[in-house]
Amino acid sequence: MLQIDNLHAEIASENGGGKKILDGLTLTVNAGEVHAIMGPNGAGKSTLAYVLGGRPGYEVTEGSVIFRGQDLLAMDPHERAAAGLFLGFQYPVEIPGVSNIQFLREALNAQRRARGEEAMTGGDFLKLAKEKAGLLKLDMEMLKRNVNVGFSGGEKKRAEMVQMGILDPAFAVLDETDSGLDIDALRVVGDGINAIMRNPEKGVLLITHYQRLLDVVQPDRVSILSKGRIVKTGGPELATDLEREGYDAVMADA
Amino acid sequence: MPEAALLPTNRDEAWRYSDIGALQDTAPDTFEAWEDVRVAEGETWSDLIVLDGGADKDGGLEMRRLRIVLEKNARAELAALVAGGQLGRLEVVVTLAEGAHFELGGITLGGGDTTREIVTRMAHEKPGATSNQTVRSVHWGKGTGNFLGRIDVVRDAQKTDAAQSFKGLLLEKGASVNSVPQLEIYADDVQCAHGASVGQLDESARFYMAARGLPPETIRRLLVQAFIGDATRELADEATREALLEKALTKLDERGA
Repeated sequence: MLQIDNLHAEIASENGGGKKILDGLTLTVNAGEVHAIMGPNGAGKSTLAYVLGGRPGYEVTEGSVIFRGQDLLAMDPHERAAAGLFLGFQYPVEIPGVSNIQFLREALNAQRRARGEEAMTGGDFLKLAKEKAGLLKLDMEMLKRNVNVGFSGGEKKRAEMVQMGILDPAFAVLDETDSGLDIDALRVVGDGINAIMRNPEKGVLLITHYQRLLDVVQPDRVSILSKGRIVKTGGPELATDLEREGYDAVMADA
Repeated sequence: MPEAALLPTNRDEAWRYSDIGALQDTAPDTFEAWEDVRVAEGETWSDLIVLDGGADKDGGLEMRRLRIVLEKNARAELAALVAGGQLGRLEVVVTLAEGAHFELGGITLGGGDTTREIVTRMAHEKPGATSNQTVRSVHWGKGTGNFLGRIDVVRDAQKTDAAQSFKGLLLEKGASVNSVPQLEIYADDVQCAHGASVGQLDESARFYMAARGLPPETIRRLLVQAFIGDATRELADEATREALLEKALTKLDERGA
């Protein structure tokens, strides 16, 4: 479903030139799979997420990404979304003056139009939003407020998953969706990911620092990212090894 | 040419950032003409002023000048869009009696090499009056937006509360905004809050919205709408609020040139 091959990427810096972050990353995620990416700080986890999302300033210098048979890197960010890619942000952005409802309805309908589908009516949209907010135990009133404005860290992450539920993507790249969550919220968010994305037709790239989200969202594959490339891939037991022994020990075996 | 001497120049404080070149074909007595509004004690007045240039008004000056006198406990509310003329200019002078309130929600828009400006003077001449001015400016091309807000508080006008908020949004490199708050305060128990800022569309918000599938033009529309929405928020009359926002958005949608 997602084939990343020999990906090199750098971040544009102020004084021209770039800082190399991804250094020959190769990874495949098949439909029906949850693939966890773990790695120490500075390994390039967030850069991978941003490169897949198409964030300006993140430049691919080599390699390719094929998503559902299409050249992902040739698409603009909004085209990637319409093609079925969802990027869950580690730090969801606040947008004063734009309500969640307005934002998500416009986003959903923009995606539908891009796919040649009919726009959803206001009534149907509200019904859908209510259902997904309920799934993530987020008060519907929060969706009437401005996007992420005044939300706590945990509320922002739950709101991200409500967005994912509404947009119903084929593939989700979730960048440290577990950070800033307490144990109960972690369970709610993890169950939400399972409910929305566990599907033989869908895939998830779950970027995380810790094992704890993986107790709820059990990965099919686990890869370790270090210094911009995948150094080890294995089954779910790799995550538990990491938790027990730490990155240094596990990577020493690599 | 004695008339020429009557035209304003950039040396006049209230014309400092104006496009004086746009005044050349203007009859000097234009600058003597004022519309007068008097709001009687306890009464309320509100108006929506739109300077958005009909087809015949391309180039040159499009100007309105209002003098508003608020009697005791009177309230005036002005919604204004300045989006027309080579130089589009709204001037408002408000004299406030005891307990009066003046509210301004103003928007300037413009591209090309136009200048669009709002110039106000609040004369707080009696105690306990309040004024609140919110101006939002969105400019592109080589467009310029100005807000010059003078506030005079006389010695007796204690408990005056006069606030100003200005924000400029530059959609393209080359556009500019100027804000000049000018406060002359002779009373000691007053509040005069003023703030001004200039920025561009938030890069991280744009990417966040794009990542949810919104195309660039929709993102720009939503963010600009949110930005100018500030100027309408304090207007009490809902119909006025919506009319101002709608006029401004229509003008923005036409902005191809």
